[in-house]
Amino acid sequence: MNAPFKSLVDVGHVTDVPARGARVVKLAETEIGVFRTMDDRIFAIDNRCPHRGGPLSEGIVHGHFVTCPLHNWVISLETGLAQGADEGCVRTVPVTVDEAGRLLLDLSALLARRAA
Amino acid sequence: MTLGDAFEVSAVKPMCTCTALSHDDVRRLIVAKELKSIAAAMQELEWKTSCGCAKCRPALNYYMLASWPGEAVDDQQSRFINERVHANIQKDGTYSVVPRMWGGLTSARELRAIADVADKYAIPTVKVTGGQRIDLLGVKKEDLPAVWADLNDAGMVSGHAYAKGVRTVKTCVGKEWCRFGTQDSTGLGVKIEKAMWGAWTPAKVKMAVSGCPRNCAEATCKDFGIICVDSGYDLVFAGAAGLDIKGTEPLCHVDTEEEAIEYGLALVQLYREQGHYLERVYKWAKRVGLDTVRAQIVADAPRRKALVERFVYSQTFFQTDPWAERVAGSEAHEFAPLATITYAEAAE
Repeated sequence: MNAPFKSLVDVGHVTDVPARGARVVKLAETEIGVFRTMDDRIFAIDNRCPHRGGPLSEGIVHGHFVTCPLHNWVISLETGLAQGADEGCVRTVPVTVDEAGRLLLDLSALLARRAA
Repeated sequence: MTLGDAFEVSAVKPMCTCTALSHDDVRRLIVAKELKSIAAAMQELEWKTSCGCAKCRPALNYYMLASWPGEAVDDQQSRFINERVHANIQKDGTYSVVPRMWGGLTSARELRAIADVADKYAIPTVKVTGGQRIDLLGVKKEDLPAVWADLNDAGMVSGHAYAKGVRTVKTCVGKEWCRFGTQDSTGLGVKIEKAMWGAWTPAKVKMAVSGCPRNCAEATCKDFGIICVDSGYDLVFAGAAGLDIKGTEPLCHVDTEEEAIEYGLALVQLYREQGHYLERVYKWAKRVGLDTVRAQIVADAPRRKALVERFVYSQTFFQTDPWAERVAGSEAHEFAPLATITYAEAAE
């Protein structure tokens, strides 16, 4: 299905995000966490832990996971799923890095859902 | 160097699932093999994961700083959020800010500056902490550097209320005001806090100085406490008043303020060198033995002085105000969003 809106938004350069760290993109009243892992992969997920809403971008990034700073839930950056015995899921946001190292967030799903 | 034939994995509790090694093993090997970075430790000690986990990374970062002061680089990405941004994260993602008040003393000028900051940044809650300090709650992350700048301008620095480190020295007014006071407990508290602030420790370290055995500063439930008496200073340690409640154990009696400070510094340094990350003083002391601690601090003067020397050396690297550093522009990426976009912009 074709997205009805512009799909890609340039939010910065890959080096703006610390390795094994994250930065926040503010989108109206919501936040998206943009993560850069040790192996220089980039992931984007909603910046809200499914447990108590903790800001995941402030957690410790290890492998392709982040540990929530509030109560230590471990969330997969690839799937958004809580690990171990905890149950819950964070929405993932497609993100690509172009040849120049620009970070392009694909917000089409988000916008489509909002428009619906 | 190998771990040795006698090494039994099953005999030790591993630090976390990333390694079979215990905290003791890791601390010992970091020193023995001169491992001066987290990456070097993970490589040499055959970590099972690419970059550890949220349990071992902060522990390794502490062990690096404690073992190699001035040499190991403080890895901000291996710090819990509170220590990375030098404020306490709250349940709604805002932060609390606690300026240092030496020995619990403040002044009209400091209080005015705090009131001005509360007004200027619309800080919703101002509260006195359990350690006799003032807590500004509900500060937005983006506002932290500006809040710190205003507090710095009034002469205040970070109170490290967020740190696995030296927190506060709680005091009573002592002989300067109190009719029961035997020594200058407030002044001694200020001296100890000035000597110890900025030190990273395995877990938080809370202290207190009471001016007489009535113990208004509640020194007998602290990690290190001093009870002033007519003949000098009774030193106590290994108390707790949190998850566990436990009265302190006697360390020894000393005659002078200088000795009280010296023994306190030695105790904290011994703990810095032997404690497991997140292990409070009372748990460390129980594990290694109260008498073992006393033997090293009280009975062995050369050892005590060497401990103090190492503490003082380490402090030359860590007694800088982290707030002032960030006001000056350090770690600027922490305090600003990567981007701010509206739905209209996104849908253009």
